[in-house]
Amino acid sequence: MATLAGGICTSHIPAIGNAIARGLEDDAYWQPFFAGYPPVREWLERTRPDAAVIVYNDHGLNFFLDNLPTFAIGAAPEYHNADEGWGLPTLAPYPGDPKLSWHIIESLVADEFDVATCQEMRVDHAFTVPQALLWPGERRPVKTVPVAVNTVQHPLPTPARCFKLGQALGRAIASYPDNQRIVVIATGGLSHQLDGERAGFINKDFDLMCLEKIVADPQALTRYSIRDLVRLAGTQGVEVIMWLVMRGALSARVRELHRHYHIPVSNTAAGLLLLENAA
Amino acid sequence: MANTRATLDTIPGTYIFDGALAIKGYALNKMCYSFNDAANRAEFQRDEDAYCNKFGLSAEQRDAVRNRDVLALLAAGGNVYYLAKFTGIFGLGVQDIGAQQTGVSVDAFKAKLKAAAH
Repeated sequence: MATLAGGICTSHIPAIGNAIARGLEDDAYWQPFFAGYPPVREWLERTRPDAAVIVYNDHGLNFFLDNLPTFAIGAAPEYHNADEGWGLPTLAPYPGDPKLSWHIIESLVADEFDVATCQEMRVDHAFTVPQALLWPGERRPVKTVPVAVNTVQHPLPTPARCFKLGQALGRAIASYPDNQRIVVIATGGLSHQLDGERAGFINKDFDLMCLEKIVADPQALTRYSIRDLVRLAGTQGVEVIMWLVMRGALSARVRELHRHYHIPVSNTAAGLLLLENAA
Repeated sequence: MANTRATLDTIPGTYIFDGALAIKGYALNKMCYSFNDAANRAEFQRDEDAYCNKFGLSAEQRDAVRNRDVLALLAAGGNVYYLAKFTGIFGLGVQDIGAQQTGVSVDAFKAKLKAAAH
């Protein structure tokens, strides 16, 4: 049977990808951010997961408003990125795992999460940047299952719904018959706002509270509305709902193995968390 | 209802991209979505008017595009994720558009972000 090796949450800012491409990891601006990642890389080297379920939000690369699913699962043999309109480098494709994807789809729909399924799916920086941080050097040591959550078009799924999706995802992984180690990676956040006269909004106190609660009391975060999250974390700070999907997949009690928080990366307060199920 | 437009609009300086804005901004966002493709960006740059006409932009949207005015683009129904593909054509990143929207220099905008750490 499959085992859920752990959960990782990380920010996914496109500027990180550019900094990696330019070799700026030791630059004064970037060093305090990149310094957070070696412990998680070492954990991944020790744990050697076979597959990663990556919960992220598409920023208008794969999905447009003509047809925008709330939750979509990739079921492709491989996934390609694109320049997203800004000339981002196109990278080596990411291997998929259609068998695991379809198991998760079957399990989620049986569990009353009626997800969209994608046999072709372009993946954006929210999928690629975290992998560049966790497995540097364009290595592709894990097969991937993308899980896209709508954060473009309101109404967005509530934090409570995202946590429940995570719980259903955890049940799907636990019932996978293959002997695989699977890690769930959630990307996005923490507080930031790109648009409007309030652009540049960051809320350190709220972020630090989220980092505490997501570990020990995630139910507390499920009581926020999307409106609350926009007000407290910024228009794009709602991305913390992806973190709730990851947390839902883990057990009620978890061990926190690593935490990092840094302001700013571009417009964003960057967060990183590594959790394992408590025995 | 907690998530009605009326209550969402009470967050100052914040645009919630709901159904009403999605309807209003559809043509503009569709054009911006097309900029995922480099050939479309080149076509826009060759003849901006023709490209905007192809997508049926409103006069308000056309003016906002002409002026590269992000707040006006948001008011015209633009969604920031698609708009970023438009501003990217001119080499403007999120810190540039942050400065433009808040009426400060890019350095002042970056300094404000750094100050949020304390």
